[in-house]
Amino acid sequence: MKTYIMWGKAPSRSDFKWAFPLAGAASRTKCGISLVTVKVLNSYKLILFLRAPLRLLRSGAQFILLKNEKGVTMWRYIVKRLLWLIVIMACVGVIIFTIMWFVPGDPAQIILGSGATNEDIARVHEQLGLDRPYMVQLVEFLVNSCRLDFGESYVYGIPVIQEFATRLPRTLGLGLISMALNIIIGIPLGVNAAIHRNTIWDQGVLVLAMVFISVPQFFLGLLMVVLFSVQLGWLPPFGISGSYPTWMYWIMPVLANSLSGMAMNARQTRSAALETIRADFVTTARAKGLPERTVIYKHMLPNALIPVVNSLGMQLSMVVGGTVVIETVFSFPGIGQYLLTGVNSRDYPVVRGSVMILALFSAVITLLVDLVYAYLDPRIKAQYVNYAAKKGGSKKGGKK
Amino acid sequence: MANAATVTKASSVPKRKKDTQLRQIMRRLVKSKTAMLGLIVLVIIILACVFAPLIAPYDPNYMDYTSLNAGSSLAHIMGCDNLGRDIFSRILYGGRMSLMLGFTVAVVGMVFGVFFGCIVGYYGGQVDNIAMRICDVWMAIPGTLLAIVISSALGSGFGYTVLALSVSGLPGSVRGTRAMALKEREMEYLEAAKAMNCSKMKIMFKHMMPNIIAPTIVGTTGQIGGTMMSAAGLSYIGLGIQPPTAEWGAMCSSAREYLTKYPHEMLWPGFVILLTVLAINLLGDGLRDAMDPRLKD
Repeated sequence: MKTYIMWGKAPSRSDFKWAFPLAGAASRTKCGISLVTVKVLNSYKLILFLRAPLRLLRSGAQFILLKNEKGVTMWRYIVKRLLWLIVIMACVGVIIFTIMWFVPGDPAQIILGSGATNEDIARVHEQLGLDRPYMVQLVEFLVNSCRLDFGESYVYGIPVIQEFATRLPRTLGLGLISMALNIIIGIPLGVNAAIHRNTIWDQGVLVLAMVFISVPQFFLGLLMVVLFSVQLGWLPPFGISGSYPTWMYWIMPVLANSLSGMAMNARQTRSAALETIRADFVTTARAKGLPERTVIYKHMLPNALIPVVNSLGMQLSMVVGGTVVIETVFSFPGIGQYLLTGVNSRDYPVVRGSVMILALFSAVITLLVDLVYAYLDPRIKAQYVNYAAKKGGSKKGGKK
Repeated sequence: MANAATVTKASSVPKRKKDTQLRQIMRRLVKSKTAMLGLIVLVIIILACVFAPLIAPYDPNYMDYTSLNAGSSLAHIMGCDNLGRDIFSRILYGGRMSLMLGFTVAVVGMVFGVFFGCIVGYYGGQVDNIAMRICDVWMAIPGTLLAIVISSALGSGFGYTVLALSVSGLPGSVRGTRAMALKEREMEYLEAAKAMNCSKMKIMFKHMMPNIIAPTIVGTTGQIGGTMMSAAGLSYIGLGIQPPTAEWGAMCSSAREYLTKYPHEMLWPGFVILLTVLAINLLGDGLRDAMDPRLKD
């Protein structure tokens, strides 16, 4: 049976009868527009209807309103989060601008060198617009940031965004690959350790995880350089291109950035899995005679992953922060290194732009993680699709 | 006689109950071999750093020009750095800085976290909503990034580094305490305190806080390691503690140029950071398990 999920201005509970005649509901929305999510074969499609889709009605389809008690729909949740993202980025902009406002040291002095006269400095201030009041500069910065225009570097005179074009893909790549490795390697390691509890395999994973959590990223990076570049000569010690194949330059930065996250994921998955293994629904699944594989991968794992996914957001901010240190260790020309050169030369546009772009990157991924979280956790999903969940029946089984 | 027995019983019961809780935790902690190992290693490191003037064979800034970049020898156990300074002595003195940084940031974060967390958790509702939104914004800037920007704005030095790291870690600890405070808020004893017409301040800081503080301390212990690593990282990239002050991260940073020829200059301080953080983490894990045995395994 096809299920149609409707989004619009949610009617009150007493209006529940309306749900069938979608036409009625559509007419209730303020502008007569209804945004309809149609679930066909488990994939959601968003359709915008200007008028009631009579044809759908005639097909005898079943309509479900996505709503929770407060009438907040899943889509509304997503839209809200997107709007919130804009607010957050605006606040980040204000914070960064304000912090940089108080930075001691004058960029004009750095540009002109120590022999500059006061007139020269005043002239440069005027050129850079640094003599204007705080509010004027702040508003200009925010407005320009919306257009991704972060100004020109004081030192190099190149627009910051132009520099980002080459550097951002590297930092994004470094961050995303590290994050992916954290998940792809860390979680299975944790699950395996939990399944083979108290074996050598489990103990080994635990000990290694503890060590990798406790090692500072820069030290791990330097150790790798000493071992793989200086001693063994397998990998290039720094940079992004040269006599080695390009991919080899990425191995050490990515590993140094992701090993601690991997270890964290492995530990967390292991303890979450061990907690879930004792849950009643796992016993039930086993009692039903399901094969162990099904019990583990279909019943236990989705539930065990919930806390892990929840912590991914925090891990992401660690990975993004980590790229700054890692890029310094490996002289990896990404945003982090750019940021640090900006910090050292009081190059405000560079610092502001770099922080904004890294914060945006981490905010967007955090948003995605939250959505995945809502998707994975039947309880969270149930908040938004409680009616649908009741109809369709929860296959995963709740935790406890 | 029966009367006397009841009296002793009555007077001994609450007392015994009070210290069994703590004793149970201590017993569980002592039983955990890894936690004890961590504790012993940590105590040794802390003592060595505290008594650095007695143990260190040289002044941390004394330059021995006859043994530049020297390897390990009887005179210099861990060798010398590029300026001929004894690495062992520098590690001992640097440890004072690194450990102080880690502990101070953790304590400052905990104090402010508990303070704001209690207020936010107690009032709840709109106050909670606003505070959480502020935290959201705050946390949108990755911690390391915020610490870098703040410490570049303030400059280097111990106090500024503590400030930079605490400010970037604050929203996390406020959130943690707030969650606990919200749970405590529903408890009967708070209702009783309210019924007794306790002032809000008294309810928050005399009734609620003691129940929050124990798990917070445990959580904070686990974070000291992470804080030390961030502090070292900050010094490594040239912010935070600046040379010539001895600090483990800064030592790694200045040894980087000589990495290919004299890796020992970087290996020793890095290894000591690893050892210290490992010890702290083992102890933190043990404490957490001892507080809540259900979490164990």
